[in-house]
Amino acid sequence: MTEEKTLLSVRDLTISFGKGKKQREVVHGVSFDVYEGETVAIVGESGSGKSTTATAVIDLLPGTGQVTGGTVSLNGRELTGLKRSEMERLRGREIGYVPQDPMSNLNPVWSVGFQVKETIRANGLASNRREVHKLAVEVLQNAGLADAERRMHQFPHQFSGGMRQRALIGIGLSADPKLLIADEPTSALDVTVQQVILDHLAGLTRDKGTSVLFITHDLGLAAERADRIIVMSRGEIVESGPSREILENPQHPYTQRLVAAAPSLASKRIQASVVSSGAIQQTSVLLEQEPVVEVRELVKEYQIRGGGLRSTPFRAVDGVSFQIPKGKTLALVGESGSGKSTVAKMVLQLEKPTSGSVLIEGRETTSMSRQDVFDLRSRMQPVFQDPYGSLDPMRSLGSLIAEPLKIHGIGDAASRRARVHELLEQVALPVSLAERYPNELSGGQRQRIAVARALALKPSIIVLDEAVSALDVLVQDQILQLLSDLQSELDLTYLFITHDLAVVRVAADLVAVMEKGRIVEQGTVDRVFANPEMEYTQRLLNAIPGKDLKLGAA
Amino acid sequence: MSRNDHFVAPVKGEELVIDRVAVDAKRSNLWLDAWRDMRRRPLFWIATVVALVIVVMAIVPQLFTNVSPTGGACQLLQSNEGAAPGHPLGFDKQGCDIWSRIAWGSRTSVTVGLLATIIGTVIGLVMGALAGFFGGWVDAVLSRIGDIFFTIPYIIAAIVVMTVVPKDERTVLVLAFAIGGFSWASVARIVRAEILRVKQADFVMASTALGLGRFRTLISHVLPNSVAPLIVVATLSLGNNIVAESVLSFLGVGLSGSISWGADISQAQSVIRTAPMSLIYPSLALTITVLAFIMLGEVLRDSLDPKARAQR
Repeated sequence: MTEEKTLLSVRDLTISFGKGKKQREVVHGVSFDVYEGETVAIVGESGSGKSTTATAVIDLLPGTGQVTGGTVSLNGRELTGLKRSEMERLRGREIGYVPQDPMSNLNPVWSVGFQVKETIRANGLASNRREVHKLAVEVLQNAGLADAERRMHQFPHQFSGGMRQRALIGIGLSADPKLLIADEPTSALDVTVQQVILDHLAGLTRDKGTSVLFITHDLGLAAERADRIIVMSRGEIVESGPSREILENPQHPYTQRLVAAAPSLASKRIQASVVSSGAIQQTSVLLEQEPVVEVRELVKEYQIRGGGLRSTPFRAVDGVSFQIPKGKTLALVGESGSGKSTVAKMVLQLEKPTSGSVLIEGRETTSMSRQDVFDLRSRMQPVFQDPYGSLDPMRSLGSLIAEPLKIHGIGDAASRRARVHELLEQVALPVSLAERYPNELSGGQRQRIAVARALALKPSIIVLDEAVSALDVLVQDQILQLLSDLQSELDLTYLFITHDLAVVRVAADLVAVMEKGRIVEQGTVDRVFANPEMEYTQRLLNAIPGKDLKLGAA
Repeated sequence: MSRNDHFVAPVKGEELVIDRVAVDAKRSNLWLDAWRDMRRRPLFWIATVVALVIVVMAIVPQLFTNVSPTGGACQLLQSNEGAAPGHPLGFDKQGCDIWSRIAWGSRTSVTVGLLATIIGTVIGLVMGALAGFFGGWVDAVLSRIGDIFFTIPYIIAAIVVMTVVPKDERTVLVLAFAIGGFSWASVARIVRAEILRVKQADFVMASTALGLGRFRTLISHVLPNSVAPLIVVATLSLGNNIVAESVLSFLGVGLSGSISWGADISQAQSVIRTAPMSLIYPSLALTITVLAFIMLGEVLRDSLDPKARAQR
């Protein structure tokens, strides 16, 4: 390593939100350095202050946020207290920024080219029309968009998520900044797209010697992409150091928990904390059991409206078959648009299949009467992805958990209340929560409520549609443990829909990999992960960040 | 700090608990939060007190005046006289006490306004909810009916209705229907949009997966989550409907034989130069009442919108 030169230096930074009496400090004295040409990752859960710290560096704190103490300096120049005009000159030219959500950070009414040109003009890179155009094409080409010339005139909605993020990275790097702040740049993207984009970003910054401050919640991603890691929790840095060292030798209890909870390919299947009395079954035996859920040649077609009266059929699900034995978990894994959620909806009888059949406990469901479907619903319950959307905010938690009992006419008011308390205890929540409302809870707690509600009717099958995807790592780990405990306690069968292969590794027995509506590979998790037969599965596995790291193996 | 240092923060005493449940946290839900926000705002209290006073006045005007607004109490001798002891606002053209007429006139304004609002809101709620929730041809038909009503200025429609109705059949209910029956289209549009939004929520799909029927899902989950904007619109339109009643009375197609601010304003037109106060006082009463309800609506709208709350 040659001479080390500090590029960004943050000292004792404190940041508060709110005014007057309501002022609340969210970042309490954070200090760190970013050296020239290196990539530093700030890792933390939501609410840890990682994004707040990063946005404070370029003075883009949202709302009432303000820096209340400490210093930020770039190349020895103090940034706090700079005038707005001076800061504007700095942004783009000295510090580039790639925002989190590629879907909302491009203005939908202007073409992508226009927005790139705008940046070029704002940074004074070129003024002549032809030069601006030439530079804009170059920026997009450098960002890895082939046929950039044609794409210039397209609008954001004609771009896929990955392409938008490329355009944003291009914009962020267009003025050759010395420092690039990337705030969860790929969190909204599929893993394979994430890999390509981050590889590209790494190549670009390496060539230009740009320093990168990388904000992420994913420890594996941070370890793979950054030279150094800063772990933040509750507005403070709890640990920082070289990536390998943090992962292999975490010192702070918080980091230790974080490293242990991060699911990765090296992790093992989460076992119920109470060891089940039955002997451990061999995986070959698994497939010979009578399936509780069986899907045969399932097809779902949607009509996509073309011009005029024409419409073309689109096969969202194309001949999917799988079986889940009793008490086991099958993970249906795939990238966005692979049709995995549509399969879940058809299993749940929320959508009608175009052809094929779904058998629940040996009974054909496609030809069932309404009454039979109603009865079936008590045997099979869903838990949805978004913990903020899946609970009616106007109803108390108690009445939400009791609702399935009410709908199916089970018990009287008193026995229902008793059952609600029992369920709250089962998902490890205090009984007093029954009187409270969903928005008093965190995402993980809401997801527990959703699980309690799903369990109310004592179903035998639970369909978990991305049920842990929106949760922080530690909370996700807790919920997966809870699900595993409940599975062994109540002999539940899970259909687990997810995009996250690392979670599949720890949470499922069987896996079916979907691509473009078809299952390309299925088998036991151990077999598929150890010896993937299909190239697509291999690619998915390779794209998992931190796949070689011994995360969560403890 | 050198580059490759491994920094570890001192471990604090507290135990690391993941996702702790804050059992003692403040209660919170949409209405409770809105109430907490509203009660800190002076505008809310001013509007509420004014609105309450007006409603009480409408129910028992005797509390506010012991002078009769009609009949023998009106002496033509006192026509257009100024304030006198016991008659704080003076007399109108007919020699009746203006304050007393304002107090008694509030009854007509408030009852017609309230009834018309209830009628308009209920029709709009039902039409909008059915259109939004069931979609398809139901939506197409109901929304077109709404569009037709939307193009008819409700004041003109109400004038037509009231002109057709014989004078002795112009009851409070007829008047309220004439106003409310033509002003529901905007309510329906708002409800429809709100229902379309709420319908997408995961908790609606969750209820369906539990086996809850479509109609019961609408009643127990979708509607309660859609009423907040409806209440705001209803409060705002209460002000409009009070104005509408006054306009109709002013034009002489209001309630027959009852005391009304609009009718009094109409009466006072002819003496606007000689006795402007007989026009100004009832107008002021009308303005204050309408302002109070509109302010209440605005406060409600701000408080029910968490985004607007955060910005203050």
